[in-house]
Amino acid sequence: MAGALSGVDGMSDFLLELRSEEIPARMQERAREDLAKLFAAELAKAGLKAAELVTYATPRRLALIARDLPLATEAVREEVKGPRASAPPQALEGFLRKTGLAREDLVERDGVLFAVTDKPGRATAEVLAEAVPAVVRAFPWPKAMRWGAASVSTESPRWVRPLQGIVALLDEDVVPFEVAGVTSGAATVGHRFHHPGVITIGSAHDYVEKLRACHVIVDGAERRAAIAVGAKLAAQGAGLSLVEDEGLLFENAGLTEFPMPLLGRFDESFLSVPPEVIQLTARVNQKYFVCRDADGKLADAFVCTANIDAEDGGDKIVEGNRKVLAARLSDAKFFYETDLKTRLEDLSPKLEKIVFHEKLGTVADKVDRVAKLARWLVEQGIVGAREAPAHVELPLDPSSSPIDARDIAAGTVSADRERLADMAERAARLAKADLVTGMVGEFPELQGLMGGYYAAAQGEAPEVAEAICDHYKPVGQGDDVPTAPVTVAVALADKLDSIYSFFSRDEKPTGSKDPFALRRSALGIIRLVLENRLRAPFRYILESADWIALLDEGGADWGNPTNDLLDFFADRLKVQQREAGVRHDLIDAVFALGGEDDLVRLLARVHALQGFVTTEDGANLLAGYKRAANILKKEGYTVPDEPRSPVEAGARQVGGANGEATAHVSGEAEGAAQGAAIGVHRSVAANAPDAPGSAVPVGSTGTPGNLRFQDEEANQAVDRQGTTEHDGTSHPFAGGQPDGIPQTGEEDPLVEVEQGAFTDSVAAFARSERAQSLSYEPEPAEDALMAALDVAEPRAAKAIADEDFEGAMAALASLRAPIDGFFDDVTVNDADPVKRTARLALLARVRAAVHRVADFSRIEG
Amino acid sequence: MLDPFRAMGQSAAVSEPLSFQRMILTLHDYWSDRGCLILQPYDMEMGAGTFHTATTLRALGPEPWNAAFVQPCRRPTDGRYGENPNRLQHYYQYQVILKPSPADLQELYLGSLAAIGIDFTRHDIRFVEDDWESPTLGAWGLGWEVWCDGMEVTQFTYFQQMGGFDCKPVAGELTYGLERLAMYIQNKDSVYDLAFNDAGVTYGEVFHENEVQMSTWNFEVADTDTLFDQFRKAAAECERSLAAGLPIPAYEQAIKASHTFNLLQARGVISVAERQAYMGRVRDLAKGACAAWIEKKTPEWQARFPGWTA
Repeated sequence: MAGALSGVDGMSDFLLELRSEEIPARMQERAREDLAKLFAAELAKAGLKAAELVTYATPRRLALIARDLPLATEAVREEVKGPRASAPPQALEGFLRKTGLAREDLVERDGVLFAVTDKPGRATAEVLAEAVPAVVRAFPWPKAMRWGAASVSTESPRWVRPLQGIVALLDEDVVPFEVAGVTSGAATVGHRFHHPGVITIGSAHDYVEKLRACHVIVDGAERRAAIAVGAKLAAQGAGLSLVEDEGLLFENAGLTEFPMPLLGRFDESFLSVPPEVIQLTARVNQKYFVCRDADGKLADAFVCTANIDAEDGGDKIVEGNRKVLAARLSDAKFFYETDLKTRLEDLSPKLEKIVFHEKLGTVADKVDRVAKLARWLVEQGIVGAREAPAHVELPLDPSSSPIDARDIAAGTVSADRERLADMAERAARLAKADLVTGMVGEFPELQGLMGGYYAAAQGEAPEVAEAICDHYKPVGQGDDVPTAPVTVAVALADKLDSIYSFFSRDEKPTGSKDPFALRRSALGIIRLVLENRLRAPFRYILESADWIALLDEGGADWGNPTNDLLDFFADRLKVQQREAGVRHDLIDAVFALGGEDDLVRLLARVHALQGFVTTEDGANLLAGYKRAANILKKEGYTVPDEPRSPVEAGARQVGGANGEATAHVSGEAEGAAQGAAIGVHRSVAANAPDAPGSAVPVGSTGTPGNLRFQDEEANQAVDRQGTTEHDGTSHPFAGGQPDGIPQTGEEDPLVEVEQGAFTDSVAAFARSERAQSLSYEPEPAEDALMAALDVAEPRAAKAIADEDFEGAMAALASLRAPIDGFFDDVTVNDADPVKRTARLALLARVRAAVHRVADFSRIEG
Repeated sequence: MLDPFRAMGQSAAVSEPLSFQRMILTLHDYWSDRGCLILQPYDMEMGAGTFHTATTLRALGPEPWNAAFVQPCRRPTDGRYGENPNRLQHYYQYQVILKPSPADLQELYLGSLAAIGIDFTRHDIRFVEDDWESPTLGAWGLGWEVWCDGMEVTQFTYFQQMGGFDCKPVAGELTYGLERLAMYIQNKDSVYDLAFNDAGVTYGEVFHENEVQMSTWNFEVADTDTLFDQFRKAAAECERSLAAGLPIPAYEQAIKASHTFNLLQARGVISVAERQAYMGRVRDLAKGACAAWIEKKTPEWQARFPGWTA
């Protein structure tokens, strides 16, 4: 062991203690790390390294022991090569100027001049005397201060609190220096009250034990262990169990040099106050542990941690702490009982007097908007629908369908949903009332929770009380995400309203400024949507919900922030997913498709992509894709209207649930289940734009190529058809305007492929079709790729339509071998311009097929 | 320096606990003996002793300044109609301001606790991080709340900035919560049971009725239109005083605006969002007064302390 060698063979141990007034508990652990890091760095500059660095922190001292330092640094000889001895005088002069030496100082070896500097070893004590002041001056305290007479200048020393003394001993000798007005020595003090006098430290070896003898436990871990064990035993001694709390251990260990956990009891009548309130009061305000009784209920006991071993065993200390807690709890009880006397709805007039934001009216106005939106989210089936996992066939029974299209079409909403909507609205209307209660006024961190208690006490439905309680969630990263539908509706509505309304008033987060915590709200929305697998197309919500009208009532026209908001959500989602370990290039690859506003679908696609590109097929397909894309780029091959991604389809599905595209929705569900979806889709695609009052922008009203789901089928067909009709000489995508060419799935020769008996004949037919589309006989590999695309394209499209992104990836994977074969056997750049054009078109088709799944050009590797 | 407290603490513990007024007198003696001016309260409504010009304005500039005083404080929202044994809307702080902060400030402070009868062998004194900030004064400092058996009895602060200006040098500020300390020393559960003097008069006899009436007025009666009007007028008067080159009257108006704002808060008519705006207004007034004070005094300070700059 290194320690055993100390003091022999010229190795020394160094002790440093920086003693100050009380260091905040929360800074002590980090300070130990910083001390070790800075100290090691300073030593390294002189070529010194300790075998071991140990650090300690207490409220009053930051200490370091460096073991096995040499007593002096090594002598170093440095040589700098100069000009040849025969070089012209100018070269020599330049070298002498650079090195600051004279000609006779240089050494000649093999006809070359060298400047040689011998750096003698330095005494380690000397190095330390410079290193420690440098460490002190550079110390990165989160907050540092000036003090004393020297602070008449702002250049005066800074430390976390006034620095009082420095012990610096190399073995048994003081390393003399002065920093921040303090001269180093061997003297320190013991415990502030048990041993206030000066004590002299001998060396690093007796530091810990000498202080222990003076009631100072320098090792924080030892103090924490003492508190943990002591508190546990104290609780057990009273027949209770301690509610363990790591944070409190650190905090109390950081507040004591000689911790003494003591158990006290409080008046059990306080237990009528909600346990969260008691625990919060005890923990946050007093740093006490709490206990549970045998039934697991909060007990009328607390454990405080004193910093002295009191002469009376701690009776007076416990009594004092009991009084403080009693005072706090009686305050809490007063608030609780007073608050209970008023019904939450009767607090509404007070909310009308509280300005939420100068541009956004009062809190009552906000409540109104949130209530409307929460109801709407339920009525739309966005919240409260049964989960609709991406890869499971939708249920055939429309009454249990997540999007209850028939009900909506019939103008009726199921009684269950109506009840849910009522509860969501009720909860939203009461959710902010606790802001004007006494308890929340006193403990703002209890907002929501208290509302939940008060709602339950006044007889609201449990779902409503729960929603009020949890509607701020999720707050932080580790916070639970609500799952109860009523809660989700209110939580989502509250956050959506905040984000939308602040954005609509141009109060967006910028840089480090986010005064309304909108980023946190966005993250909350993202987590609510993802963890509940909500089908929540944001564009539709933001553009359709009637709550928005309330924002603009009687006010100026503020403009629509939807596009900015979608970008904002996208940014937050990227950040969140990156933190969750999803490859950012894959996120980009899916985002690059644009338009997707359904997070669940978007992430399903990203995850499928991540699964795919890490397989051999995926990697090879990526390589093939890149090769194709490079060729197209090199040849300057552009597609005037390359088919767009299907992702814009997003809004449509739920939009359909709005009642305007009934046939589509129910048809899709059935069609998908029956494996004959294409025809249905097509007909719906044609119908949807004409749907009266359709709230959803559809292809014909959007930019050309702003396709939706259903058009995708047509689009696939267009590709094929285009190739057919345009005789291979014109651009194969010329017919790619999806609006222009009516296509039906029945024309797809491969629809029946899976059905066995017809496979061969259909394939033959298809081959002849392909051949006809070209004015030349395709090479086998060329034909194989076309055939593979004919199969893969509709498969991928259907898989995407079904949100089966693994299936879409699998369809793409089937292209891998044909692509490889094509590149192996076929010359794209054929002398015959017809062949060349057709082959480039084929590569463009490959690229387009891949792009329907993700923009592979964004994928690294 | 250190050992004597222990002895003092022990000896004080055996004698009769100090009455409220005796405790104040003892602190006056203690700090007077250590070179402090003993000042009287500022004759305006304020939320904390820190607002006393002996603290705010004197914390600025290079001149040494050591003073101690009692300051009545008004915090309308803390009123409990005399029903809560620990909360008052009117109470006393004991303030000590020492500029520059002496090296043994913690020891001096502990000595004062020992002087009023706190026994360090039986009571747990701790320095718990509490970075003080007064947005309305544009001031901040680092320090602690001092706990005695879990109760915050003192705020201990090294001022770093006041009115938005660096403190050069830094002043140490001690703010004792007198009622709390007295409850401790006298072992009383209710502030109203404190012995005010040694002749049987309690704190409740002096102040209970005041708490009941003032709580009612603060929370229920005070006319908010009048208060809003007063706020506006104080702000305007502050600005007029500043324009007239009179920082002290300007500062007084800023204090007045600050207290009016606190009353409006108690009436519950200021929202979270508006709150920021009102506080910003008061801060600007207070900072303006501090800036004017510095501007007026700087030539004098520089004459006495060559090289000093704000």
